[in-house]
Amino acid sequence: MHQFEYLKMENKKLEELQQVIVQPSNPKKDQLLETFKSLDYSVEGEYYQNLRKEALAEIAALELPTSGTEFWKYTRLGKIVNKKYQVVKGKIDSIQPFLIPNLDANIIVLINGFYNAELSAITEQDGIVISSLSEAKQKNVEQLKSTFNQYTKNRNELFLAINNAFHTDGVYIQIGKNKIAEKPYHIINITTHDNILAQTRNLFVADKNSSVKIIESFVNIHGKENFINSVAELIVGENAFLEYNKIQDKNEENYTISTEQVYQNANSNFTINTATFNGALVRNNLTIEVDASNCETNLSGLYLGKNNDHIDNHTIVDHKKPHCNSNEIYRGVLDDSSTGVFNGKVFVRQHAQKTNAFQKNNTILLSDDAVSNSKPELEIYADDVKCSHGSTTGQIDEEAVFYLQSRGVSRKSAINLMINAFAKDTLEKVSIDALHNYINTKIEERFA
Amino acid sequence: MLKIKNLHASIDGKEILKGINLEVKAGEIHAIMGPNGSGKSTLSAVLAGREEYEVTAGSVSFGGKDILELKPEDRAREGLFLAFQYPIEIPGVSNINFLKTAINETRAYKGMEPVSAKEFLAMVKEKSALVELDAKLANRSVNEGFSGGEKKRNEIFQMAMLNPKLSILDETDSGLDIDALRIVAKGVNQLKSPTNATIVITHYQRLLDYIIPDFVHVLYNGRIVKTGGKELALELEEKGYDWIKELI
Repeated sequence: MHQFEYLKMENKKLEELQQVIVQPSNPKKDQLLETFKSLDYSVEGEYYQNLRKEALAEIAALELPTSGTEFWKYTRLGKIVNKKYQVVKGKIDSIQPFLIPNLDANIIVLINGFYNAELSAITEQDGIVISSLSEAKQKNVEQLKSTFNQYTKNRNELFLAINNAFHTDGVYIQIGKNKIAEKPYHIINITTHDNILAQTRNLFVADKNSSVKIIESFVNIHGKENFINSVAELIVGENAFLEYNKIQDKNEENYTISTEQVYQNANSNFTINTATFNGALVRNNLTIEVDASNCETNLSGLYLGKNNDHIDNHTIVDHKKPHCNSNEIYRGVLDDSSTGVFNGKVFVRQHAQKTNAFQKNNTILLSDDAVSNSKPELEIYADDVKCSHGSTTGQIDEEAVFYLQSRGVSRKSAINLMINAFAKDTLEKVSIDALHNYINTKIEERFA
Repeated sequence: MLKIKNLHASIDGKEILKGINLEVKAGEIHAIMGPNGSGKSTLSAVLAGREEYEVTAGSVSFGGKDILELKPEDRAREGLFLAFQYPIEIPGVSNINFLKTAINETRAYKGMEPVSAKEFLAMVKEKSALVELDAKLANRSVNEGFSGGEKKRNEIFQMAMLNPKLSILDETDSGLDIDALRIVAKGVNQLKSPTNATIVITHYQRLLDYIIPDFVHVLYNGRIVKTGGKELALELEEKGYDWIKELI
């Protein structure tokens, strides 16, 4: 089934779904699921165990995506699914290399999909609940039940369902009503060995009138052919502000499928910035449901591909109610034989009058072998809206390069000046200065 | 300073310059005039090193070096400056940042230390005042959102910052109102010294009321067909380019 049809399915009962014909077994899918055989969830309450069981039914009904699956048309999963993985806890000595200079933040460390308390450093703040997801489940935290897994069910995405069923651990942050998080939260999501399969699961809830900024960096030490299949649910309450910054900087031999499900309430403000610096295969699935009026939504992404990197961003912004604004910009710089994929879809539902929705994808190809696949889409059912989308793919402007050269700037510096400008412009919505500097420095190092 | 001998150049197999001879000495201002399509802009493009143009014969020596062998950036570092007829907009690249890169790469080329931040800022302040360019514009992305006049003033600002030996102003006057023209000309005149030289390429005599040339050359059909003093420009203005066509 097509991913975009999920909306029509929303109200289907699980019972109905279970009647969907169970797909015949597929050795690759079975091999992947085999990885989780040894996991034990018996410490979790029955409620959470049942959620996992429900997800098993989803998995049974879903096939591995192939190149014939529209939603996965430009991203073949062979690299990921032809391998055997293990789920194991890991250890590291220091998180120093992964800290962001001059950033005063709460640090939360996840290693191979498990929470690491010793390396985490959290300042408690009144009105804010922060813990590992497993601990929150075991303590039966009151609000968790009403939010966890609420927006990730029955989305018809196999990897999301796999995370629903077999996630290990992650972070639960709930910013209470009227609370402003004093410091940003920096989640360092690390993999350590070869052939690790890490399934982290985060839930971020910003209650009414609250405000929080979160950074999650996906990194690794040692290890190749790691596969991280991470999921985050983000619920932005009425008049709340939530900024989520995602830094994907695992080395080139790693695979990532990363899903964010975002739900926005009235008058809320949500910003996501995604910077992808590497990856043999990176697939980001971002879905934002704007289900109330007067919301602001910003989604920006920068992807820098080199060698054989494959970086794929799929985004959905679903405007369901009137008077909302969304701004989307994704930019790629692709070198060598790297591939970039962008598929952005903006829905403007019938009731979502006075929506302003803007979407842009720009790509610069630095080599003849680099490939960009771009598919910006608008689906509008309302008649009083302002929407635009556009996509450009091209080489560096040679006229501009010559202009700079004619002032004494070398050709290489001229190209780098222009790439830096192009790339840095993308993530101007990052509001944490230290993070902004960190990203800019990484861009400069890449194109110096 | 600049010696052009029998320069032939073509683009896409079509010959545009058909044997240019020109010598420019330090302290001189030369004006090159001519009707549209005579090869004025081609000459400046070839001197600056645009790759689309193929030099099929002749030589250009600048400060004793064969500049046709040099990359565009090295020609600039040797002291050649081209003020563009149509300055390019470069979104996101700051005017100041790129000039700093240009100055430091030029200094490195000459084996000099990079310019200090303080020295550089003082230069920006002084030179932007010279062309009455708002300091805010100096800090913005190169030419992005600039008016026509601001773009041309930015060219002269860059020229002032880079302090070239030879400046070629390619139709810097085109499209300028009289106030902008005065400002541009004032900038050029103030930068004039006994050690540098200027080539002013123009279609109209008007600019030469403000920048007084020592020599006026008339370019027609890829060759310099007439050379004279500043009075030649006035004669051209009066008689029109058809007069030149009749002369040949």
